[in-house]
Amino acid sequence: MAVLKDDTLPIRTSEDVVRVRKEVRVQAIAAGFGIVDQTKIITAASELARNTLDYGGGGTARLELVQNGARKGLRLTFEDKGPGIPDLQLALTDGYTTGGGLGLGLSGAKRLSNEFDIHSVVGEGTRITIARWK
Amino acid sequence: MVSALANILETNESGVLAKWLELLLTSANAGGGRIKEAELKAQCREFLTALRQALAADMGGDTDIQSDTFERVRDLLSDVSRSRAIQGFSPSETATFVFSLKQPIFELLRQFSQDALTLADESWRVTQVLDQLGLFTTEVYQKSREEVVARQQDEIAELSTPVVKLWDGILALPLIGTLDSARTQTVMETLLQSIVDQSAEIAIIDITGVPTVDTLVAQHLLKTIAAARLMGADCIVSGIRPQIAQTMVHLGVELNVVSKASLADALALALTRTGRAVVRVKTPIASTTSH
Repeated sequence: MAVLKDDTLPIRTSEDVVRVRKEVRVQAIAAGFGIVDQTKIITAASELARNTLDYGGGGTARLELVQNGARKGLRLTFEDKGPGIPDLQLALTDGYTTGGGLGLGLSGAKRLSNEFDIHSVVGEGTRITIARWK
Repeated sequence: MVSALANILETNESGVLAKWLELLLTSANAGGGRIKEAELKAQCREFLTALRQALAADMGGDTDIQSDTFERVRDLLSDVSRSRAIQGFSPSETATFVFSLKQPIFELLRQFSQDALTLADESWRVTQVLDQLGLFTTEVYQKSREEVVARQQDEIAELSTPVVKLWDGILALPLIGTLDSARTQTVMETLLQSIVDQSAEIAIIDITGVPTVDTLVAQHLLKTIAAARLMGADCIVSGIRPQIAQTMVHLGVELNVVSKASLADALALALTRTGRAVVRVKTPIASTTSH
């Protein structure tokens, strides 16, 4: 799998979340995504970036434009050094929230992506990788 | 030692001023005519005088520009920096105002210093003062820019949340751009107030201009709708584009509210609900223009 473009953006303020969204839009267009796929990956990125900020206390978003054979895709990695998630199963349950949101961000982002990988260690941080293919 | 520099400056003020002005005008600080030469000259003269007085009064020789002695210098510099920030100068262009004073003063010191030791001491002192002043200029510049940005944000927040009356008792709220928490608060306040003012029964929230509807935006919408309901107004959400609809379904967000694809459909529904109908009173006149 070839990586065509690799960018890392900081997530420290809510303006950064908007910036991540904008950059994901640019990359999704570059990957040749249709309008529905664009919207899906942008929305997933928005959810995860906000989680990184709100629950992880800020972190980074890595945007990779990848190519697998003839297929182009977008791989996003969100990483923080926050408190981590004690119960992943629970966190991925629809409607479960610790912060007063709708509790659909994490599970929704999973449903909006083709690949979803979450790695979290309590006290060390969380890393979530999603990918969407054209 | 303390007054040496101040003395030299006093006797050679016009020379330093001329040299400084020349440097400023040839450097980027002239700003392509954004500042008139006469204005720049007045700023330079005032600043130089204030600086000389501050240096003369600064008996301790600690050269702390935050002290009272330098108050006048700081005030002048703040004005200069602020006006440059508003005129759109870059930070380096703004800081050059102070830094370009180094060369004429150093030349003067070299000319008048008796021995190497005095020269070194005085040069060090001038460098300290001017560097601090340069940093101060940049700080003020930064602050002024932040003030400009903050004001613009306020303006955008107000401008971008108009509530329009479509008919008696029917309001529309066309949302445009990113819905963050601060803006949603403004939106909600304006909508609820308008519902009271116009005794509206139906509020149409149009999200055609919202690029991304994630769970946070959905939550903000739901709260606004719930609040409007408590005030006795029903909400209709319009302008949900196909891609947004699909994404919301995947996200699992349910907007328990009547929604319509376009603002026109929503208005038609609102009119029906309030017992009105739009009818055609005449067949349209065929176009008579000929070419």
